[in-house]
Amino acid sequence: MTTDGRKPPSQFVFKLRRALGGQAGWAGFVFQIVFVAALIWIGYEIFANARANLQAQRIASGFGFLWQTAGFGVSQTLIPYAETDTYARVFLVGLLNTLLVSIIGIVLASIIGFIVGIGRLSPNWLVARIAGGYVELVRNLPLLFQILFWYLAVLGALPGPRQSISLFDEVFLNNRGLVVPKPLAQNGLTAFLIALLAAVLISTALRVYARRALFQRGQVVTIWPYVIALLIGLPLTAALVFGAPLMLEIPRLKGFNFSGGLRVVPEFVALTLALSTYTGAFIAENVRAGIQSVHKGQREAGASLGLSHGATLRLIVVPQAMRVILPPLTNQYLNLTKNSSLAVAIGYPDLFSVFAGTTMSQTGQAIEIIAITMGVYLLISLVTSAVMSFYGWRLNRSLGT
Amino acid sequence: MKRTFFVAAAVLAASLSGQSAFAQTLKTVKDRGVLSCGVSQGLPGFSAPDDKGNWTGLDVDVCRAIAAVVFNDPTKVKFVPLSAKDRFTALQSGEIDVLSRNTTWTVSRDTSLGVNFTGITYFDGQGFLVKKALKVNSALELNGASICVQTGTTNEQNVADYFKSNNMKYEIIAFGTADETVKAYESGRCDVFTSDISQLYAERLKLSNPADHVVLPEVISKEPLGPLVRHGDDQWFDIVKWTLFAMINAEELGVTQKNVDEMAKSTKPEMKRVFGTDGNLGEQLGLTKDWVIRIVKAVGNYGEAFDRNVGAGSKLGIARGLNQLWNKGGIQYAPPIR
Ligand SMILES: N[C@@H](CCC(=O)N[C@@H](CS)C(=O)NCC(=O)O)C(=O)O
Repeated sequence: MTTDGRKPPSQFVFKLRRALGGQAGWAGFVFQIVFVAALIWIGYEIFANARANLQAQRIASGFGFLWQTAGFGVSQTLIPYAETDTYARVFLVGLLNTLLVSIIGIVLASIIGFIVGIGRLSPNWLVARIAGGYVELVRNLPLLFQILFWYLAVLGALPGPRQSISLFDEVFLNNRGLVVPKPLAQNGLTAFLIALLAAVLISTALRVYARRALFQRGQVVTIWPYVIALLIGLPLTAALVFGAPLMLEIPRLKGFNFSGGLRVVPEFVALTLALSTYTGAFIAENVRAGIQSVHKGQREAGASLGLSHGATLRLIVVPQAMRVILPPLTNQYLNLTKNSSLAVAIGYPDLFSVFAGTTMSQTGQAIEIIAITMGVYLLISLVTSAVMSFYGWRLNRSLGT
Repeated sequence: MKRTFFVAAAVLAASLSGQSAFAQTLKTVKDRGVLSCGVSQGLPGFSAPDDKGNWTGLDVDVCRAIAAVVFNDPTKVKFVPLSAKDRFTALQSGEIDVLSRNTTWTVSRDTSLGVNFTGITYFDGQGFLVKKALKVNSALELNGASICVQTGTTNEQNVADYFKSNNMKYEIIAFGTADETVKAYESGRCDVFTSDISQLYAERLKLSNPADHVVLPEVISKEPLGPLVRHGDDQWFDIVKWTLFAMINAEELGVTQKNVDEMAKSTKPEMKRVFGTDGNLGEQLGLTKDWVIRIVKAVGNYGEAFDRNVGAGSKLGIARGLNQLWNKGGIQYAPPIR
């Protein structure tokens, strides 16, 4: 039996006091409670008053509308959706569409941002000028204008379905979007996936082994030929033994449009391109600032160790620059997500368009819908910030500060 | 997007302030000195600014007629352009006093949005606009088509119903404003642009080559368009309602912008009631005795307003059709002024 003696009873109270009242003691504590109570009371009054007034004006209120039939169609749905589904389902469809552009936009914007940001500092005059020109051009034009530009001027200029630009008669590009063959699962899929997983696991183990060998024994073990052989060989063998994992459904022109295949709608492409090129320009500036904030002695040290320009950047400069880049980078990610609400201008069915737009005008429940929508954008932003803070925390830890 | 948040904030503010402000619209309007009227963002024939920036159109004339009865001055109107999806919130929040923006009267709008429809200015129905080059002759040939529509409209829902009832597939792309919708249609993103038929004619004027586009024969819905006000102010409701009725009655009685002064001298009992030389119907509405004279002087009778804006005398050239008076083969009908 063990006895736990280390439990000073005042610990909790002490913490509470520190959290609430700071140095102010009990008086401060009481004040804070009164303050919070007052806030809650004001909040309640607003709520009750709004409710009473809505009722008096005969404006429907409450959240019951979420279970009513929406009755309108949506062009891009990541989950099955039909006009007979509810507004709650519309909400989900819109939310997923918002997350889709945001996530893909963030990834693309980061890639563009890093390439352009580093490009701006390139010793190559032309590269630096092109990168600089890009930043100045893109970040100084209004985003809405750029979205419309991509949508109407670039994608809108594509030919109609019957004159599609086609690649091997399997991939088609037209003003209705990009149509690609759709992979359909076949019998061999399970075996194929298992083989792929096994290959990934073994490769990871190999890498761990190689790193140990390098750090502990100073031995360089070349593993990449094995890794490639594994990643290609294993799944291929599985496919040969158990049959093809996938079959492609080739899109065919039928009536007005293509049927079969997968289609990426131009609204999505235009919005993603506009958001990522625009935000990429801002990220490029953050990256440039971050890199410039790293003392030039660090580069010289890298060079004197015999590292190449690229290796110095990758191993020494960028990790240190990340500390400076990260906070503004988070801001850019949040901006991109919020800016995605411009979607309605080009008919992309994001959360703001289908929920705070169509649903709101059909039900008239502005207060509820705006509250839900704001809550969701807030949540997305908080999660993004949390992920970025976590990354920052790990980065700081690995830099030993 | 900004507007939506602004409007929602206004709704919140309004709900904080108590609703007394909403109960006396007439007084509010008089105190303000100008009528705030919600219209479209530019729909030729119904509500659109001309090249000098003056708003004109059938819906606009309703606003001007209301300003005429309240202020005796049809120019005392502030026009607030609204997209389809923002219009009701603007009315709920008190940003506008009346919404006169080709809005369809439906039961759900009448009951759950806190609004009251006052009458019907235009009997319409929904249709489809397609490029002639597609060689489509009927809406039933539209299986699999891409359709552009403005979001927040009845059209968005009707099209869903229509395609489902006829077991056809479609792709719908919904835009925030009419201009965006039409641009996308013109760029070829959609095979079809759908809307109320009158609006198809109006928007077709904006296309670079209107003659290349044709409205299909099918009418897939009933779209009775009319002005609406906030729920809960009966006096204001009556004023807006009877302003429109007066325009229609004026046409029926043969009162026109030109002859109104002459007619006002009439000794017929009915005419005396209408022109306020006998009785005080106008005052019972909270207006003046000469209210009908003011309306007709400002915008003419219903038929004149129709012809000037959307009918034979306009670029749209729409036939009177259903909107002809009831005694001339149409269904336009107003309760009597007595
Ligand atoms: N009558 C329908 C449709 C009204 C509507 O907004 N139609 C569009 C057709 S494109 C329009 O007039 N837009 C003009 C504008 O937004 O300025 C309704 O009340 O929902």
